[in-house]
Amino acid sequence: MSMLEIKNLILSANGKRILDGLSLDLHEGYVHAIVGPNGAGKSTLASAVMGLSGYRDITGEMIFEGQNLHDLSVDERARKGITLAWQEPARFEGLTVRKFIRAAAGDMTDQAVADVLEKVGLSPLMHMPRAVDKTLSGGERKKIELASILAMKPRLVMLDEPDSGIDIESLRRIKQAITVLKADGSTVLLITHSLEVLGWAEHAFLMCCGRILDKGDPENISRYFKDRCIPCDHKNLPQMNGDMGNG
Amino acid sequence: MDNLELTKFANIHAAIDDPDTAHLVIGLNKIVSSRTVDGLEVDAQETPDGVKLKIIVAEGTVIAKPVHMCFGLLQEAGIQEIEMDMVIRAGAKINVIAHCVFPNAVDVRHVMDAKISVGPHANYTYLERHIHSDEGGITVVPKARIELAEGARFKTDFELLQGRVGVIDIDYETTCGPDSVMEMTSKIRGRGDDLIKIRETGHLIGERSRGVLTSRVAVKDNARAEVYNKLTATAAYARGHVDCKEIIQGNASANAVPIVEVSHPKAHITHEAALGSVDTKQLETLMSRGLNEDEASDLIVSGLLS
Repeated sequence: MSMLEIKNLILSANGKRILDGLSLDLHEGYVHAIVGPNGAGKSTLASAVMGLSGYRDITGEMIFEGQNLHDLSVDERARKGITLAWQEPARFEGLTVRKFIRAAAGDMTDQAVADVLEKVGLSPLMHMPRAVDKTLSGGERKKIELASILAMKPRLVMLDEPDSGIDIESLRRIKQAITVLKADGSTVLLITHSLEVLGWAEHAFLMCCGRILDKGDPENISRYFKDRCIPCDHKNLPQMNGDMGNG
Repeated sequence: MDNLELTKFANIHAAIDDPDTAHLVIGLNKIVSSRTVDGLEVDAQETPDGVKLKIIVAEGTVIAKPVHMCFGLLQEAGIQEIEMDMVIRAGAKINVIAHCVFPNAVDVRHVMDAKISVGPHANYTYLERHIHSDEGGITVVPKARIELAEGARFKTDFELLQGRVGVIDIDYETTCGPDSVMEMTSKIRGRGDDLIKIRETGHLIGERSRGVLTSRVAVKDNARAEVYNKLTATAAYARGHVDCKEIIQGNASANAVPIVEVSHPKAHITHEAALGSVDTKQLETLMSRGLNEDEASDLIVSGLLS
């Protein structure tokens, strides 16, 4: 069953079409991935689905569980069950990890906060009282953001470049957390240009120049991306009119 | 109401009852309760509008438990003036928590004028916690001049725990000798027609002296904030940083004037100032977890001021 249906999405910035008539369906309960080169519009798509400022001037439709998202604010979309993990998570001076995670789930015991921290491989004792600020590494902040999403139990979670700036052990933990999210009933959308992350998905989309070029089995998409997209010097030019260059 | 009521508002019964903890409670111009510990000498004299204090920490004395000072008044109107001369002798260590309690203030003025000398390798920490009324009918004017001798350490924090600021005009100036360390921090949230003035100055005159001036202010409604941070360095290897963040909501306004002056080629001072609305990425991160804009803003501001 289609959970999120995107039809002919167009978003322009500075005279350039970032999303150029993009359409896709996400099926409930699956781990999906969108792979594509830098500048393909992957993060823009996630930002538009979340309704972030600067990504609201769009045409086309985004239907989430039968409701058009167009007029909903970020928090209204979140209360429908949509959330996003940023490629570079925000830092919050003075805001403790405990409070940050609780914010995602309303009333939550310390034990429940500890549970989600352990699921992402962080020590509750060490991390709960710390601030979500610049004293944490990028990998720690990514894991804390993921812990807050586990606490939220979203219907749809979009993870933007979950592997960027983290070590191998952290990547393993993030993969485990995605397994937990799926087991808890969340639909997952991975935004990536990593073939490894693409391999975690059950269904994949190939994106270039603000459009979906192909979709289907992640292995096939991975092969195509590796053989054709990575060597391609194709640029995300405006108004491509279907000419996909070498890619 | 009994002036000991002040200690209930400050929630320091345990400290007052503890025979090993020094304290001083002053209601308006009356010394309500006091206790000293070995090495701590307190001479308090009542004046028409407050008290005059002479405090000496003897050389080498390390006071293990925080010393609680409670100033304030329970009346709706009044003036309280505290004049303090504090000497922390060489190698001594003291941590003071000052509870400034004005829970019913409608027309109150609280003035603190302090002269503080921190001796060689002595350590002084001063945390000032305020409890005000919700009416904001108070003017608070804390002024301190602090001298740090060689290797001395001084740290101060200002917090408003409850109620409205009213008018606050902080004026602290610290002069830092060789190898001394100074940290001055103010965290204040203003609303209504509150006025917040922070004037913090540090002079790094000793070699290898270090200092940080930190201000965190959040204002909303029609509140105003003016922050003047000045740090000067005139000695080799002096290191300093000025850090000011102010969040503005509604019709509130704020300014920040960081002044850094360096007159020695081997000294170094940095500064950063950020004024404006709540950061969009922080806001949208919390909103993407389901908080509405006001809830997200409150959480961000409370973190900043924590």
